Amino acid sequence: MIQFLVHEKDDSVGVATVDIKAGETAAGLFMDTQETLEVKTLHDIPLGHKIAMIDHHVDGSVIKYGADIGKVVADVKKGGHVHTQNLKTRRW
Amino acid sequence: MSNPKVMAYRRENGRVGIRNHVVILPLDDLSNSACEKVAYNIKGCKALPHAYGRLQFGEDLELFFRTLIGTGANPNVAAVVVIGIEPEWTNRIVEGIAKTGKPVTGFAIERHGEIKTVEMASWKAKEYVHWASERKREACDLSEIWVSTKCGESDTTSGLASNPTVGNAFDKLVEMGATCSFGETSEITGGEMIVKERAATPEAAAQFMALFDRYAAMIDRNKTDDLSGSQPTKGNIAGGLTTIEEKAMGNIQKIGKKCKYVGALDKAVAPTGPGLWYMDSSSAAAEAVTLWAAAGFVAHFFPTGQGNIIGNPIEPVIKLTANPRTAGDMSEHIDYDCSAILRGEMTLEESGDNLINMLIRTCEGRLTAQEVLGHEEYVLTKLYESA
Repeated sequence: MIQFLVHEKDDSVGVATVDIKAGETAAGLFMDTQETLEVKTLHDIPLGHKIAMIDHHVDGSVIKYGADIGKVVADVKKGGHVHTQNLKTRRW
Repeated sequence: MSNPKVMAYRRENGRVGIRNHVVILPLDDLSNSACEKVAYNIKGCKALPHAYGRLQFGEDLELFFRTLIGTGANPNVAAVVVIGIEPEWTNRIVEGIAKTGKPVTGFAIERHGEIKTVEMASWKAKEYVHWASERKREACDLSEIWVSTKCGESDTTSGLASNPTVGNAFDKLVEMGATCSFGETSEITGGEMIVKERAATPEAAAQFMALFDRYAAMIDRNKTDDLSGSQPTKGNIAGGLTTIEEKAMGNIQKIGKKCKYVGALDKAVAPTGPGLWYMDSSSAAAEAVTLWAAAGFVAHFFPTGQGNIIGNPIEPVIKLTANPRTAGDMSEHIDYDCSAILRGEMTLEESGDNLINMLIRTCEGRLTAQEVLGHEEYVLTKLYESA
């Protein structure tokens, strides 16, 4: 069963389509190429929330829909929960 | 995808409609009652009551006339009876609609009284319903169907699947040579530079930015604590959205991956050629769809997450959701359930094709959930108070 989706092959995050528990090896799908992938989760990822596909470092970008959706303000490793604690808008 | 034929109504001006309404259109709030009485007397016609039309002025008055004339001129409308309190503005509406070549007659209540006006207008409405009922559908190109889109009650399933489904369908429709439109200026805030880059020409980008800046200035003039810096909303954040850029990107998935907009239009202004068009519009669903109907769009794609139940009296609203819960507990409002994408059981390619198939069925007469449930929200946009 698919537990998360990644919009594009080069996106740095996926989106949980079910609640995923920390420590699970979650099954995902790239929506553009239809390739499957697996990521071991570091945190609980609630439905609709983002999971890191790669390690992110402070001042880097989070890429979703092939676009920069904000700057990394705290390091987050592959499998981690990406949200307000480590991602901020570039707008204000 | 090829450009299939659909059975639809070709109007006097060449435009194609998918419904065959006879509309009883009030010029003003005072005339709603007479219009509703005519619609009660004569079966098969439809009154469109609304709240305005008195002592408006300037740009607000221009938008009012554009919206009413555009509603009557919409190809989903076969014929129109206009009723107003006085003849001058009534005739302005009648003359605007008459440019399409469709049957239209106006009645003024002053100097006749309401009862006499209802009688005269009922005779005319009866004549129009007989006439309209004999119009025949004919084979038209799918690309002649003008389609608008906006989303509502969005959640993370919107950005994941239902918005990209519309985007996939838009890419295919625009490639066929169709006329399509998106808008929702407020929802684009934070992603305006991305929308600017999707313009087909520098002129289109400049038109978009002018409308965006006008909107931003309006918000700045009127803003209170409930708007400034509140995006994304608390509900969005709880649902997993983090930044305004992310929210705006989810919203503009509706315009697909390939198509670029050829121009940006003010509210209720008709496009002048095929392609994707931006139209300045509120995110309030009923106001926005009323503006697209007035701009001449004949079908609307409405992706929803939590389940917005909006409809329109003349432009059928095709509602889709990727949220399995909404597809289950609000199923009477949903025309197309694309939640299989979330389970990895359907591709966006397939989902876009399914949505186009639902569009074709709607064109050929399938009533949408909104039509069957009688959701006919006709809501005019008011720019400022009346004199």
